[in-house]
Amino acid sequence: MTAADLHTLTGAYVLHALEPGERAAFEGHLDACPPCAQEVRELAATAARLGSAAAVSPPPALKEQVLRRIATERQDPPRGRARSRPSGGGGARGRAMSRFALAACLAAAAAFGGVAAWQQRAAQDARGRAEAAEQRSQAVVAVLAAPDAKLATARLPSGANSTVVVSRGQDKAVFLTSGLPKAPRGMVYQLWYDDGGTMRGAGLMDPATESDAVLLAGPVGAASGMGLTVEPAGGSAHPTSDPLVLLSFPAT
Amino acid sequence: MKEAVFIGGPSSAGPDLQELLALVARGDQEAFSRVYDLASGPVLGLVRSVLRDPAQSEEVVQEVLLEVWRTAPRFRSDRGSAMTWILTLAHRRAVDRVRSAQAAGDRERRAALLERTPAYDEVTEQVEAGLEREQVRRCLRTLTELQRQSVTLAYYRGLAYREVAELLSVPLGTVKTRMRDGLIRLRDCLGVSA
Repeated sequence: MTAADLHTLTGAYVLHALEPGERAAFEGHLDACPPCAQEVRELAATAARLGSAAAVSPPPALKEQVLRRIATERQDPPRGRARSRPSGGGGARGRAMSRFALAACLAAAAAFGGVAAWQQRAAQDARGRAEAAEQRSQAVVAVLAAPDAKLATARLPSGANSTVVVSRGQDKAVFLTSGLPKAPRGMVYQLWYDDGGTMRGAGLMDPATESDAVLLAGPVGAASGMGLTVEPAGGSAHPTSDPLVLLSFPAT
Repeated sequence: MKEAVFIGGPSSAGPDLQELLALVARGDQEAFSRVYDLASGPVLGLVRSVLRDPAQSEEVVQEVLLEVWRTAPRFRSDRGSAMTWILTLAHRRAVDRVRSAQAAGDRERRAALLERTPAYDEVTEQVEAGLEREQVRRCLRTLTELQRQSVTLAYYRGLAYREVAELLSVPLGTVKTRMRDGLIRLRDCLGVSA
């Protein structure tokens, strides 16, 4: 387990030495921290010099193989014509997705012409859901980008990585995992704030986004850390199982 | 052949890598062939230093160059040089390959990796880009031992900072900061700007 200021991770980031959760958190931070982005560009160029210094002569046959393969390989369209935003963390992707989902719902509703009342209601529901999702992902991005954002990481029993990013200023925390196995049937992952040993519910993880960034529900308050448990579907008022992971929030 | 090809530099006549990549972005296979000539040496050297295995390295080099071809339309020169972009792709792929081998339970390989000493010199034995190698080697000597090892173990061996910390028996936070201030010192010594 480790704690560090997000913006000191530039070096480990360009060396591809971060855990996946930290990497995602750092990329979220990068979007909103121009000095960090500038430092990343410089350090990436520096690392590339280490690569150039290791150059060797490739075997001649390799070139033929590569040229043969590109001859039948399609190229990606340029940026801007892509479906989602070119860069950014899970939050930005989530935002692009929810807009896309909303547009698709509205287009589908419009396509029927003389829109029946139920269709309109369905579209409004979809819009409401999309807007809620968008607000959540904006909140995630805001926490990752906070100047006082601090992170802690730990490994889950499954070997998956978990990271929590806390902003005391915003009184919010974001939990990120990668490689979290699907919750068993009829069960759900629940997040908790640790108020000095008493667990306070901080929301359920949406099964559809278990590998993504989740905003913890409610204020951080005086919590000293957070935990993750597996609970029966719908969640519990108090943890009914041992936590899979407990993360202490970094000291401010 | 006394001068190293410093890639992206003004030394070679004709279009540089950046310009070539713009042509590749429009599907120019001839331009790609020249990109290959400029980039394949550094890409192979880097990938081989991380993966060690020659056959696997060539496989990854092919994947990297294919990705360069495929994604050239998305390359943005305002985010950095073409060589930086290509070598970043290469490093990411090599590291992913090493880590997935570890995840697949290849403990033996992992143990061997951790037992091996940093051996930056071993890497440079293979080096043919003379001038560039000399300059990088000189600048690496300006780093503290811990900075140098943190940077080279992650870059040339593909180790995560956790593994670097384990190997060097230093706290995780220390490794992260040494990676950063090591690279910053290297940047200043090499005169890198972006």
